[in-house]
Amino acid sequence: MAWPSVTRMYLVRDLVSPRTWLSFIHHFIGVCVGALVVWIVVPGLVIGMLGLPVALIGMPVLGATLRFTDWFARAERTRFAVTLGEEIPGWPAGTRSGYRLRLLPRFDKLGERATWREVLYAVTRGPLSAAAAFVSLGVWAVGLIMVTLPLFDWSLPGGGFHIDGGTLHESKAVAVAVAGVLVLLAAPQVTKGLAVADAALARRLLGPPSSLAARVAELELSRERVVDAAEAERKRIERDLHDGAQQRLVALAMELGRAKARFGDDIDAARDLVDSAHAQAKAALTELRDLVRGVHPPVLTDRGLDAALSGLAARSPIPVDVHVDMPVRPKPLIEAVAYFVVAEALTNVAKHSRASQAKVVVEGHGYPGVLAIMISDDGVGGADPQGAGLSGLAGRVTGVDGRLTVESPYGGPTIIAAELPC
Amino acid sequence: MLRVAIAEDSVLLREGLTRLLAEAGHEVVAAATDAEGLMRAVEACAPDVCVIDVRMPPTFTDEGLRAALVIRDRWPDTGVLVLSQWVEERYATELISGSPHGVGYLLKDRVADVTEFLDALRRVAEGGSALDPEVVAQLLARSRSPLSVLTSREREVLALMAEGRSNSAIAETMVVSGGAVGKHINSIFSKLGLVSDEHGHRRVLAVLHYLNGVTS
Repeated sequence: MAWPSVTRMYLVRDLVSPRTWLSFIHHFIGVCVGALVVWIVVPGLVIGMLGLPVALIGMPVLGATLRFTDWFARAERTRFAVTLGEEIPGWPAGTRSGYRLRLLPRFDKLGERATWREVLYAVTRGPLSAAAAFVSLGVWAVGLIMVTLPLFDWSLPGGGFHIDGGTLHESKAVAVAVAGVLVLLAAPQVTKGLAVADAALARRLLGPPSSLAARVAELELSRERVVDAAEAERKRIERDLHDGAQQRLVALAMELGRAKARFGDDIDAARDLVDSAHAQAKAALTELRDLVRGVHPPVLTDRGLDAALSGLAARSPIPVDVHVDMPVRPKPLIEAVAYFVVAEALTNVAKHSRASQAKVVVEGHGYPGVLAIMISDDGVGGADPQGAGLSGLAGRVTGVDGRLTVESPYGGPTIIAAELPC
Repeated sequence: MLRVAIAEDSVLLREGLTRLLAEAGHEVVAAATDAEGLMRAVEACAPDVCVIDVRMPPTFTDEGLRAALVIRDRWPDTGVLVLSQWVEERYATELISGSPHGVGYLLKDRVADVTEFLDALRRVAEGGSALDPEVVAQLLARSRSPLSVLTSREREVLALMAEGRSNSAIAETMVVSGGAVGKHINSIFSKLGLVSDEHGHRRVLAVLHYLNGVTS
């Protein structure tokens, strides 16, 4: 044989590998299970459907049948995992509709494609497994018979092996045995191949569509980023409170304490201390106000994005041109994210860009639709999308299923664009 | 002595304000905890001026602001001084839309500077105006290009005028003579193309309408 030795090794080893025989067993279990299930599902569906005009009888029967196919789908996922090592993902929580009063299927449930796919799976389980078992068993049997032909060739009537009505001479029995070896070597591959095809089918009928699986993976990632962003934000607030207002209040209390002690003997010194404490208190107020404004400005809730952004622009140290055009007010969450994007971008512009002016454009397209935000400046560029500030922004934006793009070549200009669903 | 009505939902601040005003020789005729209570008090006592917190029950958004607008409309002789933890140019614009007579909008922090606060309160009660420097800064910031014709000194005077201060107060703040302030004001008015023979509250009106016109 011209095959590389490694392939030969595999082919031989596959004759006795657990995977081959588990696949083999898998087909036969499938036959048994399928034969049982079909007697529950088909009568259940027929009685349920016929009884539908008489809603009281039909619905619970249909419901019980669907509950059974639900359960069967779960059981089968487990069986595939055990015998074939194939993990068929279940439907993510909350993506399927359920039942009323335990037995009455909700109407959504009856309209769901997944429901009928499970039913289809339950009905076809028996025949499909039967076919797979028949083919697997057949290949093994034919292979074994061919290999062992020289041993019993003499016993066959006519002293030879009959093929196509002709007679095979004993000398040719050896050649058949050699061909039988090839068939036997192919048998594990056929058995396993059928199992793989079976798993693919089960995945298609029992699992969520791959787009949903991808969506779930994407959501898991974005949730992680949102949690990270929220945690970073909490830390920033904690640090700001601790370094700012809290220190000021400590200083204030200290100065008032010293003033209290001085009032008796040195009234002028006491007055100076009270003056200083007064200043500390006002500074603490300013710091707290700025902090709160950075978290969520009240004007955003009261008057919307336009008013909040114009306040933001007015406080910016460099001139900012704001243009807002929205036919409808977006959801509060989207407004908050949009405000955060613009606030953070303008902070960056003021800190790093050396720009002489900036521009903010917010446009709403349709409802539900997209809220497009663009912040541009005429600065030196070179903003790093992986930096703490911008990646935090991206986290917040993807957290609401939006998209953030940063364009900032060295030499400028910088354009930060976000698209949020609204 | 002024007759003052207070609307403030926080006990601490309500009591503090009451005490502060009493110590300054004013009479607090009513201390309400929400907008509705304030309206009833104004109806019953006809105070000279109301001190109103922006955020009050039930929604804690802009009840105070809306109450102030209603009071201005129904009792034009009563001044309204709105206090807020934050000042926003948008709220100021809503508040002074029409006329800035007897209107004030200040950060709560300003209460800590008692003399200045009482001065602002008196201005509002007398039909003048008192805008927080931070609001004025926002208004000025939003109208950068047309104001670039002014010198920095003139912009300073413009800001103080917009806050609602008199010539003598402006002169005192900037540590210059009253005549110098007058000269600055004439120059500002001619540069911005405003009628310069207006005085007092009418002058504030002109300035604010000018700023408002270029911002909105």
